[in-house]
Amino acid sequence: MNNSVALPFQKTSVGTSPWRVDGIGLVTGSAKFTDDMFFKNLLHAKILGSPHAHARIVDIDTSEAEKLPGVVCVLTHKNVPRVPHTTAGQGYPEPSPYDAFMFDTKVRFVGDRVACVAAETVEIAERALKLIQVKYEVLPAVFDVREAMKDGAPVIHDEPDADGIHDRKHNVAAHYDVEIGNVANGLKEADFVVEEEFETQYAQHCPLEPHVCIGYLDDNHRIVLRTATQVPWHARRIVAQCLQIPVNQIRVIKPRIGGGFGSKQEIILEDLCALITVRTRRPVKIEYTRREEFIASRTRDPSIVKMTVGVKKDGTFTALDQRVTSWTGGYGTHSLTLLTNVGSKTLPFYRCKNVRFWGDSVYTNLPVTGAYRGYGATQGAFAIEQVMDMIADKLGIDPIALRKKNHIQKGETNPVFAALGEGKEGHDNPIESCGLDECIDRAAAAIGWTQKHRLYQKRDPNAKIRRGIGMACLMQGSGIAGIDMASARIKMNEDGSFNLLMGATDLGTGSDTVLAQIAAQVLGVTTDKMLTYSSDTDMTPFDKGAYASSTTYVSGGAVKKAAEACREKILKVAAEMLKDDVANLRCENAKVISKSGKEVPYPNIIQRSLYGQNQFQIDGEASHLSYVSPPPFAAHFAEVEVDTETGQVRVVDYVAAVDCGVAINPKLAEGQMEGAAMNGLSYALCEQMVFDERGRMLNPSFFDYRLFTTVDAPKIRTILVETYEPTGPFGAKSIAEIGINGPLPAVANAIYDACGIRMKKAPFTPERVLAAILAKK
Amino acid sequence: MNLHVTVNNEPKEFICQPTDTLLDVLRREGYSGVKVGCSNGDCGICAVLLNGRTVNSCVVLAAHCLNKKIETIEGLSKNASTLHPLQKAFLDEGGAQCGFCTPGLILSAKELLDENPSPTEADVREALSGVICRCTGYVKPIAAVLTAAEEMRGGKAATKAA
Repeated sequence: MNNSVALPFQKTSVGTSPWRVDGIGLVTGSAKFTDDMFFKNLLHAKILGSPHAHARIVDIDTSEAEKLPGVVCVLTHKNVPRVPHTTAGQGYPEPSPYDAFMFDTKVRFVGDRVACVAAETVEIAERALKLIQVKYEVLPAVFDVREAMKDGAPVIHDEPDADGIHDRKHNVAAHYDVEIGNVANGLKEADFVVEEEFETQYAQHCPLEPHVCIGYLDDNHRIVLRTATQVPWHARRIVAQCLQIPVNQIRVIKPRIGGGFGSKQEIILEDLCALITVRTRRPVKIEYTRREEFIASRTRDPSIVKMTVGVKKDGTFTALDQRVTSWTGGYGTHSLTLLTNVGSKTLPFYRCKNVRFWGDSVYTNLPVTGAYRGYGATQGAFAIEQVMDMIADKLGIDPIALRKKNHIQKGETNPVFAALGEGKEGHDNPIESCGLDECIDRAAAAIGWTQKHRLYQKRDPNAKIRRGIGMACLMQGSGIAGIDMASARIKMNEDGSFNLLMGATDLGTGSDTVLAQIAAQVLGVTTDKMLTYSSDTDMTPFDKGAYASSTTYVSGGAVKKAAEACREKILKVAAEMLKDDVANLRCENAKVISKSGKEVPYPNIIQRSLYGQNQFQIDGEASHLSYVSPPPFAAHFAEVEVDTETGQVRVVDYVAAVDCGVAINPKLAEGQMEGAAMNGLSYALCEQMVFDERGRMLNPSFFDYRLFTTVDAPKIRTILVETYEPTGPFGAKSIAEIGINGPLPAVANAIYDACGIRMKKAPFTPERVLAAILAKK
Repeated sequence: MNLHVTVNNEPKEFICQPTDTLLDVLRREGYSGVKVGCSNGDCGICAVLLNGRTVNSCVVLAAHCLNKKIETIEGLSKNASTLHPLQKAFLDEGGAQCGFCTPGLILSAKELLDENPSPTEADVREALSGVICRCTGYVKPIAAVLTAAEEMRGGKAATKAA
């Protein structure tokens, strides 16, 4: 790591990579995930999924199922409240349409909820599902967004009580159109125009822990939901909405989580679990099978991104036009914000006076899409970063030079930030830290760009196995500016340790550790003195949840402020004890030390505060919201081998350099980059959900839906480029998502470098690559 | 039926159904370090050692394990002061992120290191290839296994002595 950046503080806990605060549990098997607490008298619930992509439920008869011994509760549209809502775990009011119901009289994709049975065992519940008689009126279905938008296409959301749908007759869940300057004029000013369309595919997050929720009643008959969620507070609010009960009747506990990647930013099982708990007064568990996880949780929204770029001979851009059409599936969860993020996370990256972003998120009768690491930026980067290479090619310049000439720099902003926010106008976002040029230079040197780019082909134009190299530049954000808030509380214990109680949701990323390090840095202790407890709606203060790359930056801001408030109280007590002025005191090594050299250890301070004089609990609580969302920046480089006879693409080297601000925990930061990049590589080369002509997924298992294992995984090298982000906690930015956006364009550009074919449709499977090679011949 | 097995060097008598998988029985008996990822034998995170060999416990019938030796993640070490070198290396190298697949990775690695104390990176990749991890990108788990191997060979101690 580069440590040359000047910091206004001395790193103690920040900048180190201690063991994860939850690490012992994870490596010894004692960590308790949702399903690792065993409940007596537990019911097991299973969901009946629709066999049809689009159908009306004419009648549903559950009498035989209810007669089956061991069946305790059956839910259908006939016996649950009908409340339009969104399953998207977003801040309130959610920018997603209210088009979902616990159960509806219509099903909109294969796997859509029809009924739910709770029984004494999983086997009984499954048998009961088979006894439910459903009479369907099968409706014409539509699977492609281009077809779905046409006049006369089947209307997927015709229910009158849905709210917030943009144009239901044309199945448009969400629409956005914003123009800065005048793109038409900009295109006229251009020396040439590049116009290209790109398309990405359906994919699933594949958290190793599927969605799982356990509900039970506490001593006072309140509902407790122990659930694998990224959004405990949004889950509580939406469950209360669905069940029409007050929020105070629900407690949501997030235990350790086995990965989420956005899929658990959704309220998919919690409403059913809560209702069964209320009706049966017994604990109940609902857990998705892997098959259900594929078809009935959430997926990456495939998108068609059309770029039209006007370019001057000197490489300046006169117009940037991005037109997006994306699949939202059967329901519009995240539809508007996924759409706008395609533009908001890619268009401000390049300087241009005339910019237009417009697009539609469109219903089809395919699985529901939703938040997935990268959140639109992945799809946008695939398009814009290939177009940059195409422009560089036309200009006859190095793609790096084109990017360096045009990318946003420290001290600049871009009007797109204010014009295009989370489905509405955003906030200006002046860039106060940008280490992108260093990212590019160091990654280029590491992979040997100048020795390789455009040179392999010259060396041996007729080779069967061709090598090529490609790159892409990326930006994301750090939280949602002006919307998403986090809070934390720290209290001191009589041995000088601290309880760090935070809403922030560690879904496996290590955020408990990162946030403990931030608090430890402020309070001058090591992380083993920081006892973390996170994400319990009864016990910890509010947090928006873990999404939009927000935890280190936004939640970290709250933790830092809470720790500072706590430190203030420690210093005040110490000042009394040392008979010195607070201004002369500092916290270091679990002691308060004065300029004159006197010191008092933390246990003495807190013991006096709890048992001695002027007694009170030393603590601190704070909330944090940011009106800027400082982007992390990254440069990704891929070197590939393309077998021109089979179309097989192998990534032989991959270097990802990221400007993460100050890396609070370098090992965890690297881990975020590596995991995201590998997921992106797997997505670029092999992952796709395949459907038949009736909308049924053909590969809903890890056997048929291939994702990279250790023998497929290429070598990945990560370079952390440290900058100082003045608005972040100890200079940090968030980097959980950005790494997934690089592989699609970097590998596509490398394939072009290897054999002159442009992969405009992902994934780059051997058959697709071979077809492109043959078409070129 | 009664199932006599040895789990983590302790003789055990479990009552199980003929249709129970080893995964069902182990989790029911409280070995919650054995995780459920796919129930199909595809993801490898439920891996345990059966007579020293990794098996996906979700596709092994419990009855098949009669009189056999089973080792789960709980058998390596339960507390911080006596961690197995693999467990320690996973912590040192950041090899565990969400941790859900970590037991499967560590046990797969243990099978390798029990047989081959000096594996190459390719050996490690081969040994871990049955376990899907979505969080780490495999970089740090592979590094952790190589580090643990070195530790177990006394590599670091040897270096220090030199």
